[in-house]
Amino acid sequence: MSDSAQTLSALRGRLAEGMAGGCESGHGFFVSGHGPLDACLKGGFQRGQLHEVFAGDAEDNGSASGFAAMLGLCAMQPGKSMLWLRTLAAVRRGGRFNPAGFAELGGDPSTLLMAIAQDETALLRCAADALRCDGFGVVVIECRGSPAILDLTASRRLTLAADHSGVTAVMLRLDAREQPSTASTRWLVRSAPASPLEAGAPGYPTLDLTLLRQRAGPAGREWKVEWDRDAKSFRPPSQVRHGIERSRRTAPLPGAVVPVPAIGQAMARARARLIA
Amino acid sequence: MRLVSLNRAAVEAGLAPGLGLADARAIVPELAIHHHDPVADAELLDRLADRCTRYTPMVAVEPPDGIMLDITGSTHLAGGEGPLVQAVQGHFADWRITVRLAPGSSAEAAHALARFGHGEAGGEQATIRALPVAALALDPESELALRRAGLKTVGDVLDRPRKVIAARFGPASVYRLERLVGVSAKPIVPRSPAPRRRFRRRFAEPIASHDYAIGIVRELLAEANLRLVEEDLGGRAFEARFFRVDGLVRHLRVETGLPTRDEAAIARLFDERLDSLADPLDPGFGFDSVELEVLQVQSLKPSQEDIEGEARSDSPLAGMLDILATRLGRNRLLRFGPNDSYIPENGQIPSVALDTPEACIWPRPQVGEPPARPLHLFDPPQRITVISEVPDGAPRRFRWRRKLHDVVRQEGPERIAAEWWKGSDDPLGRDRLTRDYYRIEDSDGRRYWVFRHGLHAREVASPEWYLHGLFA
Repeated sequence: MSDSAQTLSALRGRLAEGMAGGCESGHGFFVSGHGPLDACLKGGFQRGQLHEVFAGDAEDNGSASGFAAMLGLCAMQPGKSMLWLRTLAAVRRGGRFNPAGFAELGGDPSTLLMAIAQDETALLRCAADALRCDGFGVVVIECRGSPAILDLTASRRLTLAADHSGVTAVMLRLDAREQPSTASTRWLVRSAPASPLEAGAPGYPTLDLTLLRQRAGPAGREWKVEWDRDAKSFRPPSQVRHGIERSRRTAPLPGAVVPVPAIGQAMARARARLIA
Repeated sequence: MRLVSLNRAAVEAGLAPGLGLADARAIVPELAIHHHDPVADAELLDRLADRCTRYTPMVAVEPPDGIMLDITGSTHLAGGEGPLVQAVQGHFADWRITVRLAPGSSAEAAHALARFGHGEAGGEQATIRALPVAALALDPESELALRRAGLKTVGDVLDRPRKVIAARFGPASVYRLERLVGVSAKPIVPRSPAPRRRFRRRFAEPIASHDYAIGIVRELLAEANLRLVEEDLGGRAFEARFFRVDGLVRHLRVETGLPTRDEAAIARLFDERLDSLADPLDPGFGFDSVELEVLQVQSLKPSQEDIEGEARSDSPLAGMLDILATRLGRNRLLRFGPNDSYIPENGQIPSVALDTPEACIWPRPQVGEPPARPLHLFDPPQRITVISEVPDGAPRRFRWRRKLHDVVRQEGPERIAAEWWKGSDDPLGRDRLTRDYYRIEDSDGRRYWVFRHGLHAREVASPEWYLHGLFA
C-alpha cells in the first residue's frame, strides 16, 4: 500500500515536472511591445508554443489573419522563414494571399513560404512536421471552421512538435468555435476604430484583443492595440496623431489654394508632413 | 510561299520543291498543304533516331531527313542484313512513315544508295558505279563541271586517274569518291543520349509483399548513390517503377529542391509519396521487377566534414520543403516574387518553392504610412452596392453580404488604370476598366479595400463597386 502511494506520488511529481517543463519552455519569449499585455503574459509570448487566434466575427477575419501575421512577425528570428499553411477551401473562401499586403504589415514576402493542403487532415499533418523543423521561425496554421480532427490530441501533438524545435506556432481559427486545446495563449481579435490620420483617412491597424485563455495565468483581460509596422511591434493606440496637430499649427499655404478634394488626401497628408 | 517537300503523289502530278504555291495550285488545285516547321521536323527525326536504337546503339542523325545506323556487328540480332532491313521497314510502316533504306559498306555509300539508288541490280560496287555524280555530294560548281566534262556517273569518274580528278575538280572530290567506294572510311558520329541511370532488380519469382518491394527500392537507392558519388552528382528527381506480373507498371516519383545523395532522406520522400497515393500500391499477383531511375541530376561535390567530424548538412529547411512538396504536390508549396504590375492581383509571381531556392527582393513600404494593401485579396472581388454623394465620389454607405455599413473614414481614390500597353485580348490589357480604390473604415471600426470599376460616364454609365480585401 505504502509502495503504491509512493509510486503515485512519484508519478505525480514527474507529471508536475513535465507540466512545468511544458509551460516554461526553454525557448524564451518574444514581446509584443505593448507593455501591459506583455506584463500580463509574464514577460511576453512563449516561443516554441502554440498560440491560438480566433476571429470575433466573420467580418473580423481580416483583422484576425492580420493579427496572426503580426504575431508571426514579432516572433520571427533573422535568417529563418515563415510558413503559412492554408487549405484549398480557405483560398476559395478567404481569398488569395497577397504578399504585397504582408509587406505592408512589415514582413518580407521573400522569407514567406505558402503551403496549401487539400484538407484539414493534411493541414495538421504538415503543420506537425513543419513544426519539428527548426529552419522555420514561425508556422502559421490557418484553419477554417471547427474540424473534428482538431481535438486535444492534435493540438497536443502540435505543442510537442513546437516545443521540440522551438518554432512558434500560430493557429489562426476563422469562423470557428472554441475547442479544448493545449495552446499557450488564446486570443479573440476584433477590429477597432483606428485613430484617424490627416484628412480623415483611416489610421493604422487597430485591434481589440481579448485574452481568452492563458495556460497557468489569468485570462479575460482586454486591450486595444495598434500595430506599428516600422518597429514590428504593438503599441497603445494614440488618440490624436502628432501629424494632425502639426498640420493644424502650420500656416495656411500662400497663394490661391484649390480646395483639396477627396482625391488628393494622401498627397495632402504627405505635403502636411513635408511642411511640418 | 514555296513548296519545300512533296509526297510521291505530288511529284507524280508534276510538282517540284521550290515551286511557288500559286503555281502549284494552278497545276493541282486540290493540293493539300502544311506549313513548313523545321523545328518539329528535327524533333521528329530525333524521336525516330531514338527508336532506331533498338537495332544498334550507333545511330546518327543526318539533317534534314536522314538517319544513319551503324549496323556492324548487330545484324545477327535480326537474323542477317536482309531481315534487318525488312524489320526496319516494317517498323516504320507501322508509323506510316515512308523510308528509303539502303545498306552500304561505308556511311557515304549507304547515304548515296539510299538517296540516288534504284534498287541493287548487281553487286554494291556496280550499283555505286551506276549512280549519278550528284551522289558524290560535291558543291554545285564541281558537280556541274563534272557533268560538263561528260562524266555522268560515279563509274565514269572512278575510271579516270585520281590525280587528274584532284587537279581539275579539287581534292574534296577524290576524298568523297574514295569514301563512296569504301577505300577510305570515316566513322559516323553517333548521337550520344545522356546515360540513363537505371537500376533494376529482377526476381526469379514474383514477389507479393509490398514491404519487400519498398525494401528493394531502398537497396536500389544505395546502388544509385554509389554511382552518383563516383560522378560527383546528386539526384534531383527519382522514379521508382514497379512492374507487375500482369503488365501493369506503377510509377512513384519524388523530387528534391537541392541535389542529394542522402539515401534516408530520399527513402523518406518515397514513403511520403506512398502515403499520399489515392489507390495504394497493389502487388496483385506480384511484382516481377522493380526499377529505380535517377531522372534528373545536378553537380554535387562531396562536402568536407567539419572539425567535429560531423558532416555539414544544408539548412534543415530544404529537407522539410521536399517532404511538404512531396506530400502536398509540388505546385502547392509556393514562394512569392514581385511582379512589375500595378494591378493588385497581378503584383506577385507565385513560384514553386522547389525550383526557386533563392529569395528575391521585395520593395519596402513607405515608412509611417498605414498599410495600403490588405493581407488577402478576394478572388474574384466581391460585389457590393454602394451609395455615394456624387457618382464619382467616395462611398458613403455600402452593403456587403446583406449587411449595411456606414463609412466613417475614407481615403482615396487610388486610381489604377488598365495596362493599356498590353493588347486588348489580355485580361488586364487595353480596353479594361480603370479602378478607383478607396481605403474605408466603417462605424464598427472595420477597414475595407473597395474599388469602383470604371470611370463614371467616361467608361461606363454606372460603375459597379467591388470589395477587394479586408484590412487588419
